Amino acid sequence: MDKAKSMVDKKGASGPFHVNNGQSQKVFHSHVMVATNGSCCSSSSNAFGSSTVPSGSGTFENMHHLHRGDDAECSGSPAKRCRLRRRTESVRKHRPPFPWFGMDIGGTLVKLVYFEPVDITAEEEQEEVENLKSIRRYLTSNVAYGKTGVRDVHLELRNLTMCGRTGNLHFIRFPTQAMPRFIQMGRDKNFSSLHTTLCATGGGAYKFENEFRMMADLELLKLDELDCLIRGLLFVDRVGFNGHPECYYFQNPSDTQSCVKKPCTLDNPFPMLLVNIGSGVSILAVYSENNYKRVTGTSLGGGTFLGLCCLLTGCETFEEALEMASKGDSTNVDKLVKDIYGGDYERFGLQGSAVASSFGHMMSKEKRDSISKEDLARATLVTITNNIGSIARMCAVNEKIERVVFVGNFLRINTVSTKLLAYAMDYWSKGQLRALFLEHEGYFGAVGALMELLKTTEDP
Amino acid sequence: MAECGRVDSNTSHTMDKSITLPPDEIFRNLENAKRFAIDIGGSLTKLAYYSTVQHKVAKVRSFDHTAKAAAGDKLYEISMQEEVTARLHFIKFENAYIETCLDFIKDHLVNTETKVIKATGGGAHKFKELIERKLGLKVDKEDEMTCLIKGCNFVLKNIPHEAFVYAKHADSEFRFQTTNPDIFPYLLVNIGSGVSIVKVESEDKFERIGGSSIGGGTFWGLGALLTKTKRFDELLQLASKGQHASVDMLVKDIYGGSYGYLGLTGDLIASSFGKSATADKDFSKEDMAKSLLHMISNDIGQLACLYAKLHNLSRVYFGGFFIRGHPVTMHTITYSINFFTKGEVQALFLRHEGYLGTIGAFLKGAEEDNPNQYSWGENYAGSSGLMSVSPDMNPMQRARSGTFDMLEMDRLERQLVNLPLLQDPSSYIPDTVDLTEDALAREYWLYCFEEALDGVVKRAVASQPDMPEAALRAEKFRQKYRHKLQTLRQQPFAYGSLTVRSLLDTREHCLNEFNFPDPYSKIKQRENDIALKYYQKAVKSLDELSWEEKQFALVQGVLAGNVFDWGAKAVSDVLESDPEFGFEEAKRQLEDNSGVDIILGVMPFVRELLSRGTEVVLASNSGPALNDVTNGELQILTERIAAMDPVIEAGLREDRLLLVQSGSSSPCLDLSRLDKVLAMVVRERQTDLVIIEGMGRAIHTNYYAMLSCESLKMAVIKNSWLADRLGGKLFSVVFKYEVPAGKPNKDCGAFSPS
Repeated sequence: MDKAKSMVDKKGASGPFHVNNGQSQKVFHSHVMVATNGSCCSSSSNAFGSSTVPSGSGTFENMHHLHRGDDAECSGSPAKRCRLRRRTESVRKHRPPFPWFGMDIGGTLVKLVYFEPVDITAEEEQEEVENLKSIRRYLTSNVAYGKTGVRDVHLELRNLTMCGRTGNLHFIRFPTQAMPRFIQMGRDKNFSSLHTTLCATGGGAYKFENEFRMMADLELLKLDELDCLIRGLLFVDRVGFNGHPECYYFQNPSDTQSCVKKPCTLDNPFPMLLVNIGSGVSILAVYSENNYKRVTGTSLGGGTFLGLCCLLTGCETFEEALEMASKGDSTNVDKLVKDIYGGDYERFGLQGSAVASSFGHMMSKEKRDSISKEDLARATLVTITNNIGSIARMCAVNEKIERVVFVGNFLRINTVSTKLLAYAMDYWSKGQLRALFLEHEGYFGAVGALMELLKTTEDP
Repeated sequence: MAECGRVDSNTSHTMDKSITLPPDEIFRNLENAKRFAIDIGGSLTKLAYYSTVQHKVAKVRSFDHTAKAAAGDKLYEISMQEEVTARLHFIKFENAYIETCLDFIKDHLVNTETKVIKATGGGAHKFKELIERKLGLKVDKEDEMTCLIKGCNFVLKNIPHEAFVYAKHADSEFRFQTTNPDIFPYLLVNIGSGVSIVKVESEDKFERIGGSSIGGGTFWGLGALLTKTKRFDELLQLASKGQHASVDMLVKDIYGGSYGYLGLTGDLIASSFGKSATADKDFSKEDMAKSLLHMISNDIGQLACLYAKLHNLSRVYFGGFFIRGHPVTMHTITYSINFFTKGEVQALFLRHEGYLGTIGAFLKGAEEDNPNQYSWGENYAGSSGLMSVSPDMNPMQRARSGTFDMLEMDRLERQLVNLPLLQDPSSYIPDTVDLTEDALAREYWLYCFEEALDGVVKRAVASQPDMPEAALRAEKFRQKYRHKLQTLRQQPFAYGSLTVRSLLDTREHCLNEFNFPDPYSKIKQRENDIALKYYQKAVKSLDELSWEEKQFALVQGVLAGNVFDWGAKAVSDVLESDPEFGFEEAKRQLEDNSGVDIILGVMPFVRELLSRGTEVVLASNSGPALNDVTNGELQILTERIAAMDPVIEAGLREDRLLLVQSGSSSPCLDLSRLDKVLAMVVRERQTDLVIIEGMGRAIHTNYYAMLSCESLKMAVIKNSWLADRLGGKLFSVVFKYEVPAGKPNKDCGAFSPS
């Protein structure tokens, strides 16, 4: 995220009550930011959230949540007034200050969603601190950040209304390995002065909590990843994908020729079996937005695919691995039923083309010497995918759930896997189970985290 | 897809023709072999054949009374007869030896009735031509899974302690399961190159309910790619030395600790190989192998649990080449099952797992002989037992030690069933002390049996004075049994739980192996002769006692007779040193008069019961064991006693005294394997008192047996170590009377003398 350096390159802020007296920055950072209710606060960097100074009053247009009574309370010392304000805020459920982020720090990838307000008024623009502006500009005008950060432009949700504001929701990801640099940047750019709440989920919210605090003076609001996943998923499905359905399935999954992707909606989504394939896999039975259980999980997930591919082929990225896999032939690597029985194993109704032993041919040196990296990548992909399908299917049967929704970044640009999963669900259940997929595969946790930020005011 | 795994073109061992096979030990009884079956896997071949064994047996025959004078004073004659018994032979060897073995079989096979060999396993196809050419037999291929299930049912039913739980860090790694008479339903997870999950509901009803392509072939194939290590064993060896956490992404790598909310601990694997997605790090072979092993074991365990849950099955057996006695894989599978079921399901393994296919194929071929109507017993003399499978052992060593592994099963004369009076057949454990777990006791008893070996050899030779080669055979017996004891010292789990009973039985099997069917027959004959002379006198003196004194004397009689047990160390020491010792000495020890076990101890006791109007079922061994009376001998003795005693005579005539064989040929008693006829009689006569007598039957076994009727266990402790252990003195008496809740009456007693 090297380019992120430009993100907040200007310290200080502009606004009606900005108190930027240069030398005293370290003691009293006088960045002015938009407070929850639209009024401006200046903040001190070493006392995140505790010494905001309310300043100014409802001068913005979109202040329908603002209660005039606030002003009456905004008396006394700035600190005291702020405390009061915060208390009333929490009671009155006001909008959090920009920027609005939701973050999901997984084992391999960090998923970041950013809400870019497009309904900013002139006054608002004027009051907006420079830091905030530059963040917005940086995130929305780039599609790549540093060497490894990427914005999935095609996933952007446009003209979305959240919490009374209209804007675009941006989807950004970067490797978890880059997390220290990201935190460093937050520190360099004095992100803490913006006074936003950083809602984070995923294991990294816990793992990096201290680093955020120590390095960047940022306090994370840690959220459970499964709560976020479900909430985010249901939200995105509800708002749709820029006028199209978020959800899709494959028609004729058993026939490679006529298998086509078909959009659909998740009307009445419960109960569903939710299979989240990240580095590892979690399988949830979801009965309502707040009622779900984690049925099981497996360590054979996206991380396994990539990890094995790197070891077997020397590739370095998911994209590279998938590219190879798309060109390979797994039957050179896997032993099929017909390799053993010469055809179908009729006694047990197994097709000759079914995989009998993943990597089974690799027991033979001759075969090991004759296969390509592409074949290996394909076999790895097929093995992992089939296994997930198999476990998901068993869970669906055990839980008596017919709808199986697959999400997670393993499915990104991975039609081999999505089609295979669709096929496996259909074939092994004799048409009883349907595999569903979502366009925003891996971002629901981050969306869910953002919603937690807005939860208090979210309009259904 | 277990079956798939066995074909392996990779294991291209050179056909080693230079090895010579020791015919005494391998392919025994080949000359009479008639049915053949073969299971050829990826690296091992398992051959099965049915053969008959000619054995000398000691038969007793009552003298014609008219010829009594000519035969001296002996009351019956003992003759050594040849008896033919059926035996199943199973031999496991590396595929490399297949040609040598086929040649050997061709050269030694006498019986020419055989036309067909049943074959199963992935390699059957590959070697079909070779087998047909070498043996001139038609290869008849049988479905692998059917064979596997048939074999599994067979071992579960016929071999006690077949199944075990594996616990790597426990005192004894192998925890053998008691034989549940009802083996169905169960789940068999066969891990060959792929995995097949089969639900077995009855002898003939089973269904492949699922499977996975991630199996042993995946471990082997992927492992070979990752580590450049070719052999399966070597891969396991690598895995046992590796640290998976350097390759796997753990929960703590993602969370920095545990994921408390879901109860996932930090050490849990979140993503297998999750750390290897990088180009700038090298991983050790060991670590990658370990990670791979965990990945595959966990995956299989998880699937097995899902299927077990769906079908509501709690017994899950694991087999296939991936498991085959490898402690590393048994441990990881066990771990996985425990994790996924939170301990509700136990992973079970089988001692003879490698033989299931060939046993099944054999049974398919032998269907016309109805092998399932018989009971079979593992022959400890001829079977190799579970190999030591220490992961630290060099794989090459391991391969060699396992080059020829054997299992022999004897067809038992009688069909064996549970005693219907067992309170809970599924939890009944015959043996009082499990020497596999009790290291101190094991040490002592192994020492004890080794010490006694010279005496046993001497007696064996003495029992066949007319046979000059007896000494040589006895010497062979000595070597064999000593070797068994040494094996058991190293691998106490070799034949299931090690017990005093199994040590005794192993000795009997070894004696039989070398044609010493009944070394005590002459001694018993002599003792019986003498005792019979005292019988009337003994009965008369008992009758003169008051009722209470008489009861006391009767019990003492039974116990005193019980002292004459040549198997007990303390007793045999005295007896060996002083041939005149015996009756008088025993009387002195117990301070009262008595008689030799059966005639002077048990018979007067039986007589008393009969005269009270109690029906008595007198159960005795079917075959010889030490100096215990056999049913054959007892029939003659009882006839003779009946001739002098009207009470016994009336009992026999009125069918109130029944002599039934127990089905056992052991100094101990397994109440879960009794003669079907005995079980039937017990049920029909509504037996409500069981008397078990003798150290072998009432102390070494059945001491804790819970019966659904009244029971009396009586014995004299004839072993000072055991006496110490039980907190008593040598020759102390155990007299244990137990009443189950709410059963007051007794009309009929079953009696099992030693």
